Amino acid sequence: MVGKGKRKRKQPVISTSTLKNSFDRRSFVIASVQGGIGLLLAGRMAYLSIAENEKYRTESESNRVNLSLIPPRRGWILDRDGAPLASNRADFRVDIIPERLANPDATIDQLGSLLSLEPDRINDLKQEVSDARGFQPVEVAKGLDYEQFAAVSVRLPDLQGVVPQRGFSRYYPTGATVGHLVGYVGPASAEEYEADRNPLLITPGYKIGKDGLEKQFEQELRGVPGARRVEVTASGRIVRDLETRDDIQGDPVRLTIDGPLQNYAARRIGLESGSVVVMDCKTGDLLCMASMPSFDPNSFSDGIGSVEYAMLREDERVPLRNKVLKGLYPPGSTVKPMVSMAFMEQGLDPNETVFCGGGLRVGNRVFRCWKRGGHGTVDMAKGIYQSCDVYYYHFAQRIGMDPIAAMNRRCGLGQEFPLPVTSQFYGTVPDPEWKLNKFGREWQAFDTVNATIGQGYMLASPLQLAVSAARLATGRHVMPRLNMATPPKGFDQVDFPDEHVRYVRQAMSDVVNGPGTAGRARLPFDDIKMAGKTGTAQVVSLSKSDGRTGPWRFRDHGLFTFFAPFDNPRYAGAVVIEHGGGSGSAYPIARDVMTFLFDPAKGMDALRRLETQWGGTAQERLDRKYAAFAQAAGEAVSPPPSRDEDIFDLVEAEARVAAQQPSEIAEEVIAPRPEATPSGAPRPNPEQQVIDAAAAGIAQ
Amino acid sequence: MLIPLFLLIGFGAAVLYSAAGGSMQPFASSHLIRFGVFLVMASIIAMFSKGVIQFLTYPAYIAVVLLLVAVEAIGAMGGGSQRWLDLGFMRLQPSELMKPVIVLVLARFYDALPLGMIASWRALVPAGLLIGLPMALVLMQPDLGTSLAMAFGGAVVMFLAGLPMRWFVGAGIAGAVAVPLAFFFGLKEYQQRRVTTFLDPESDPLGAGYHITQSKIAIGSGGLDGKGFNNGSQSHLNYLPEPHTDFVFATMAEEWGLLGGIFVIGVFAIILGWGWRVANASDDRFARLLAAGLTATIFFYVAINLMMVMGLAPVVGIPLPFMSHGGSSMMTNMICIGGLLMVNRWNREAPKRRLQ
Repeated sequence: MVGKGKRKRKQPVISTSTLKNSFDRRSFVIASVQGGIGLLLAGRMAYLSIAENEKYRTESESNRVNLSLIPPRRGWILDRDGAPLASNRADFRVDIIPERLANPDATIDQLGSLLSLEPDRINDLKQEVSDARGFQPVEVAKGLDYEQFAAVSVRLPDLQGVVPQRGFSRYYPTGATVGHLVGYVGPASAEEYEADRNPLLITPGYKIGKDGLEKQFEQELRGVPGARRVEVTASGRIVRDLETRDDIQGDPVRLTIDGPLQNYAARRIGLESGSVVVMDCKTGDLLCMASMPSFDPNSFSDGIGSVEYAMLREDERVPLRNKVLKGLYPPGSTVKPMVSMAFMEQGLDPNETVFCGGGLRVGNRVFRCWKRGGHGTVDMAKGIYQSCDVYYYHFAQRIGMDPIAAMNRRCGLGQEFPLPVTSQFYGTVPDPEWKLNKFGREWQAFDTVNATIGQGYMLASPLQLAVSAARLATGRHVMPRLNMATPPKGFDQVDFPDEHVRYVRQAMSDVVNGPGTAGRARLPFDDIKMAGKTGTAQVVSLSKSDGRTGPWRFRDHGLFTFFAPFDNPRYAGAVVIEHGGGSGSAYPIARDVMTFLFDPAKGMDALRRLETQWGGTAQERLDRKYAAFAQAAGEAVSPPPSRDEDIFDLVEAEARVAAQQPSEIAEEVIAPRPEATPSGAPRPNPEQQVIDAAAAGIAQ
Repeated sequence: MLIPLFLLIGFGAAVLYSAAGGSMQPFASSHLIRFGVFLVMASIIAMFSKGVIQFLTYPAYIAVVLLLVAVEAIGAMGGGSQRWLDLGFMRLQPSELMKPVIVLVLARFYDALPLGMIASWRALVPAGLLIGLPMALVLMQPDLGTSLAMAFGGAVVMFLAGLPMRWFVGAGIAGAVAVPLAFFFGLKEYQQRRVTTFLDPESDPLGAGYHITQSKIAIGSGGLDGKGFNNGSQSHLNYLPEPHTDFVFATMAEEWGLLGGIFVIGVFAIILGWGWRVANASDDRFARLLAAGLTATIFFYVAINLMMVMGLAPVVGIPLPFMSHGGSSMMTNMICIGGLLMVNRWNREAPKRRLQ
């Protein structure tokens, strides 16, 4: 408007009054614009504070209030009697908040003397505190005992900026002996957080189950986190607490495991590498699943150290592998009672005999009995208690492989069980169809021969062998269970007729208590007799090793399946000692474990004597070994993989490879090793001699 | 007329009291003391006669330009940019002094310019130089906010002096073309970022957009009547940056709500309205231009600051007159008030001419 007015005046006569007019008009325009801006601002403010008030009020609250999670205490893992296998230990720690320290150096010095810190730790702390900014606490010490914690707590008025805190850390009272069974805990990995977007997982200090039962029962054990709402400044300083909700501890998980037995069995394995499984014949309860050597879940839960990891990795006895579930071994002669059951089922009269002259010709090959001199006339009972190979070679040719394989499977070999474990290997029960599928080759007579003595392609885990012992002992299709909350299963399913069961029980009792192969396995009780079956599994061809001497990893595995009392079985189980040099390494352990089960004092006496020779308990030896290893290795060790999962994936892959080792000789004719005899075979392994000598002493 | 001003200063002191966490120290008390000191200064300014002011205009302009040069020189020698001169008893920002002085010198220039020349280049070029020289010096500091404030004050005086409309239209078009060019080639990176952040503050809520976002949260969460005196969480828990200077309005709005905001805007409207009435009431061309220019300068502070805190303008670091804590801003604004009081006095002392 103003512009138009100006343009009309082509040659304006500029005078004081025209300028005054122009000023008035233009000042009116500017004042109007200013007023408009004022109204715009008032409108904008009204829009922000009324229309969008709710949005901004929420944002202001979320600025002001900080919700921090209180990690829940983890549920306990209990044994069958309610004793903890995994519990929580009050963890006392002391932090300092640098900003609140009045005199940092003096305070740190005082803390150093109260907590008896090393001088270089004190210097490190001073450095950390001077570098630290803001309200992020600096950790002074953790894992303090109560006296140290109390000493700091009572002096708090003089120690401004020092924050004693009480948290919880996972504690496994029996340490390494439950390592494989229970697993351990650790901070959640990125993948785990990806899979379960629970903010708890990224709360500092919170740990989840990483392996074994800790991982399997994660949801039950986790509990409900507490929460603390606090008012914070922009820089994160806490102004005041608004409200606090307590955490709810996770549910306990009660196992069928017998804690003391588990601990005993693991310790009894001693210097060997192997596993012990014991089951309750009345319920299928797994009382013991010991696998040694093992790792200490307490130190794993604090984070796996480089030196510790290197030590465990370099050990050829693979302490990271759970041998109960992931150790696969040729079952050797321990399959013979199962094969016998198959024979009887197919109508073979157990009294029918065969003459053992030390070998049997099948086709154009001669298969030898372990007793080169021969057993003479052998019936089924003698076939079991003397472990005569010729008896089985002979009748297996008549019965055929398929019924034998079916029976092995019915006893639990090649099977997986519904157990809360992270993984279990199911091994191999070979039959003609399997071989054709796998290798494209026809089943040969020697395959049957190998399979009847538990060699060749046959592979079983210690858990499967223990289940087979329980099923043979009871005649029922016993299913193992690990969690007290699951009902017993399989007792209504009859696997074998009573007369067959009685026959096999008597024959297996004679293995131990009669003229059998494991006389030294006799229990030190008059009224309780153990039945069992020895097994010696060859892992490399005869040309490489005689099975008893030479490199450890070429020696034979020692196996023993057992149940007791033989006439009314209460407990059954299996012991497998890797490269133990024969069954003689396995059954003394079974004997002591069963002794402990019936009379703990007597069992402990035997163990103490042995542990004196070995140089301490399993935990003590592990600690000493670690110290020695750390000294020797120094700093030159490779760090563990950053993801815990990688560690156990690697172990599992290696376990599969290791299980293939015996199948390399599956196509060979196996010359069975001498089974241990009541008179005692010569023991070339000095270590084993010592153990057996001690064991023999107890047995008398 | 001074009553609304006293109310605003008092209210500002209350907000600063809260911004200091409920304490007179360190903001509120010095705010009041400074106001007292500068009120005396404004009263002294108000007593100058027109002749003296007109006589002192050009020397004052030259003196302030020299001060600006001195700031540049000291900054260059010190190896860094600086905006103030340390006089011992206070830190003087010459660029602040330049804001009222540029208005003064342009009013003097157009007053002296023969009427016939108002549409010719002789009305534009010297004035452009008068504005351009200090603007260039301030831009070198670099201080975009202050140089824009000087440009705005100068442009308002030129507009009101009756320069042909087409020049302003042309300048507007040229500006529309130049702004994108200046943005991409003239501004430093941190200045560019301020602009992009202003256009989309949520793109970087923890970085450069933090100021605007937090300021809007403070204002928005205040609601109609606010969270109550001394209860603002945004300012008390340090979420709001600079709650006592540039973002004092957000601090106020959080605790006093929309009602407090309307009050502040209303008081500014009264003060600025009074400034315009003073300008219009004057028959003298020099006094008129001077009063209008000073009013526009105050307005520029208020408008840019409020637009900034409400997310309508980029963050440029311009405080809110009479409420923000800070000596230089208080000095500038009180010089403007003093100038307006002076013109008002001149008007009262020459009433007869108006009646004729």
